[in-house]
Amino acid sequence: MWGILRQKVVAGGGSPLVRIRPAISALRSYSSASKEMTVRDALNSALDEEMSADPKVFLMGEEVGEYQGAYKITKGLLDKYGPERVLDTPITEAGFTGIGVGAAYYGLKPVVEFMTFNFSMQAIDHIINSAAKSNYMSAGQINVPIVFRGPNGAAAGVGAQHSHCYAAWYSSCPGLKVLAPYSSEDARGLLKAAIRDPDPVVFLENELLYGESFPVSAEVLDSSFCLPIGKAKIEREGKDVTITAFSKMVGLSLKAADILAKEGIRAEVINLRSIRPLDRATINASVRKTNRLVTVEEGFPQHGIGAEICTSVVEESFGYLDAPVERITGADVPMPYAANLERLAVPQVEDIVRAAKRACYRSVPMAAAA
Amino acid sequence: MSSSTFSSMNTIKSSCFTTENHSLNPSSIIPTSSFLVSTHKLRFNTPTANSPPCFIKNRQTHIVAVSDVKQKQLKSTPSVGNLLITKEEGLELYEDMILGRTFEDMCAQMYYRGKMFGFVHLYNGQEAVSTGFIKLLKQQDCVVSTYRDHVHALSKGVPAREVMSELFGKTTGCVRGQGGSMHMFSKEHNLIGGFAFIGEGIPIATGTAFTSKYNREVLKQADCDHVTLAFFGDGTCNNGQFFECLNMAALWKLPIVFVVENNLWAIGMSHERATSDPEIWKKGPAFGMPGVHVDGMDVLKVREVAKEAVARARRGDGPTLIECETYRFRGHSLADPDELRDPSEKAHYAARDPITALKKYMIENKLAGEAELKAIEKKIDELVEEAVEFADASPHPDRSQLLQNVFADPKGFGIGPDGRYRCEDPKFTQGTAHV
Repeated sequence: MWGILRQKVVAGGGSPLVRIRPAISALRSYSSASKEMTVRDALNSALDEEMSADPKVFLMGEEVGEYQGAYKITKGLLDKYGPERVLDTPITEAGFTGIGVGAAYYGLKPVVEFMTFNFSMQAIDHIINSAAKSNYMSAGQINVPIVFRGPNGAAAGVGAQHSHCYAAWYSSCPGLKVLAPYSSEDARGLLKAAIRDPDPVVFLENELLYGESFPVSAEVLDSSFCLPIGKAKIEREGKDVTITAFSKMVGLSLKAADILAKEGIRAEVINLRSIRPLDRATINASVRKTNRLVTVEEGFPQHGIGAEICTSVVEESFGYLDAPVERITGADVPMPYAANLERLAVPQVEDIVRAAKRACYRSVPMAAAA
Repeated sequence: MSSSTFSSMNTIKSSCFTTENHSLNPSSIIPTSSFLVSTHKLRFNTPTANSPPCFIKNRQTHIVAVSDVKQKQLKSTPSVGNLLITKEEGLELYEDMILGRTFEDMCAQMYYRGKMFGFVHLYNGQEAVSTGFIKLLKQQDCVVSTYRDHVHALSKGVPAREVMSELFGKTTGCVRGQGGSMHMFSKEHNLIGGFAFIGEGIPIATGTAFTSKYNREVLKQADCDHVTLAFFGDGTCNNGQFFECLNMAALWKLPIVFVVENNLWAIGMSHERATSDPEIWKKGPAFGMPGVHVDGMDVLKVREVAKEAVARARRGDGPTLIECETYRFRGHSLADPDELRDPSEKAHYAARDPITALKKYMIENKLAGEAELKAIEKKIDELVEEAVEFADASPHPDRSQLLQNVFADPKGFGIGPDGRYRCEDPKFTQGTAHV
């Protein structure tokens, strides 16, 4: 945790995307008096500020109002902005997502919350066909400034139908922007950019990250703060292997990097932040430096984010690769319920460490599983 | 027999705007043959509005039956002025319907000559619904349609040449050739598609109605009373999204009119075979809005019902569900051989052609002469021919158009127009930059 804290302090002082300077100078240059903020508070404050800045922004979703949000992300917003701007909808994803898209066609800026992204499947026709494709189909006449947000991916023991990761699904569709924040800074900056963006944005949060605290600088707390869409962040610099991850897996990758550092392998951890558009430039530049790549994601392996990153690297930096690309993904099964099985179905720190070692030719590859 | 309802156009025989559930009144049913869907029996010839005590005690209805109003009007002005339209209005309606019909016929010709391709769904026979409703709207009111959207586009004001170019796939089309027959959009005329999936347009329409209400109540644009019309078919009324939106529109009292163009057939699936209760107008009162059934082959009846519904929405009284019994003379699309429909059914509805009916009405009531109407037809013929020539002469889209317009802002908000990150601009973080 201290390692992460150190990196964040450095990042807070300058632009968030400048390469992190070596830790030695950090302790000299910056004080550590930065605030801590949970991801939940970061999202809540971002929504609050955007709603007060622009009266066209409104929220809709199940339980966002009186219940204060199913995961309390929208706490307090009903009291502040009233029921006309924070709408509790009936349980009709297709209907209210379509209503949000229709309102966005006409110039309002809806933020549609899905209780989890699994329920977005009931509304996926509107996300893809009405929202993503509209700017193209109407030759630029009608743009859709809508944000679809909610928790994505596995939680704890919620079973197969509540644990699906939709990053690969949405990021395969042109016309959508897909973001996956990790820290509070990511959450705040990316959500604000998403709300102000004139195109449909799918904002994939993670339920298990909501309660985690991260340090935030004063710059992040500013009400105009926003992060660019389509740019990844190098959370930790390294020289021996590149590890790409998004959302919760960034935390695991950083822990894995710590373990690897003790064995002399300096891993570079990239927080993708934006799945579509994917920051191929940063990934390729990193691979050209380290010559080895491990991609980490929580979703299913076939046609996943790792597959896309691997192909991108093979297309652009094949000559630089010293080892095959390693892909760490969730198991290729619907998520089981039993706690020990669930642990086996989701990537763990050990898996990332093993993969990184394999990429560095420090251990023998395991046989492929079932 | 059906011609009796057809010729006496100045009394409204549609059912009235109440929220109570009606029971069928068998006393004035016109005998029907079996192939006609039961909707035909639903024509209520009794003009009384206040039917038996409603079971839904909490529903407040401020709506008066259209037929009641008309009866009062007819009584108070017994002499001249019983007509439903003036001459100008009549000519406008006639011209619009002729434009729709001629355009669609031309589309069929062009399709079979190979100039048009893909899926093309024609609107012949249903013109009364489009003209009857859309000609009452302002420019800022919104129309949301389905794949059968050419005539909705024309009625809303999109120029015929732009629609024709779009169908030919040329860059001068209303969406530069990127949408095609099923995806007509026009921001200027507030025509929102053009949706291929049935039921997809209904939540979108509910959303635009929501925007209208939001503009008035939250953004305080006091004069914003835009109304949205959602057009869809009988098959859509079995779709979940339809019911979801009936619920939310009534719940939030949105200024929307749901118009069902019940042409009795999906592709080859008749409405009766697909629906447990084929009377679609009944589904309105179940959600707390009036459900009305109207003869969709008669533009004047449609117009009267539409006036009431649009006025209701503009006032802020909420949504209405209107079922228009209509018929498409051609197949579902130009690829449909149309073999399943009984020829006598087609003949029955062909006899009730809305254009012939309006022509008859105007001539009988001395609103226009044969020559005037012929002149309009000639004018429209020339317009459509000119549209085809324009479309033919227009260029195909340039190769560079392929990758355009995927995003409104491809770089995303975080990157400013000069390519630098907005968060690095000190003015931005102080909140003083102009975005």
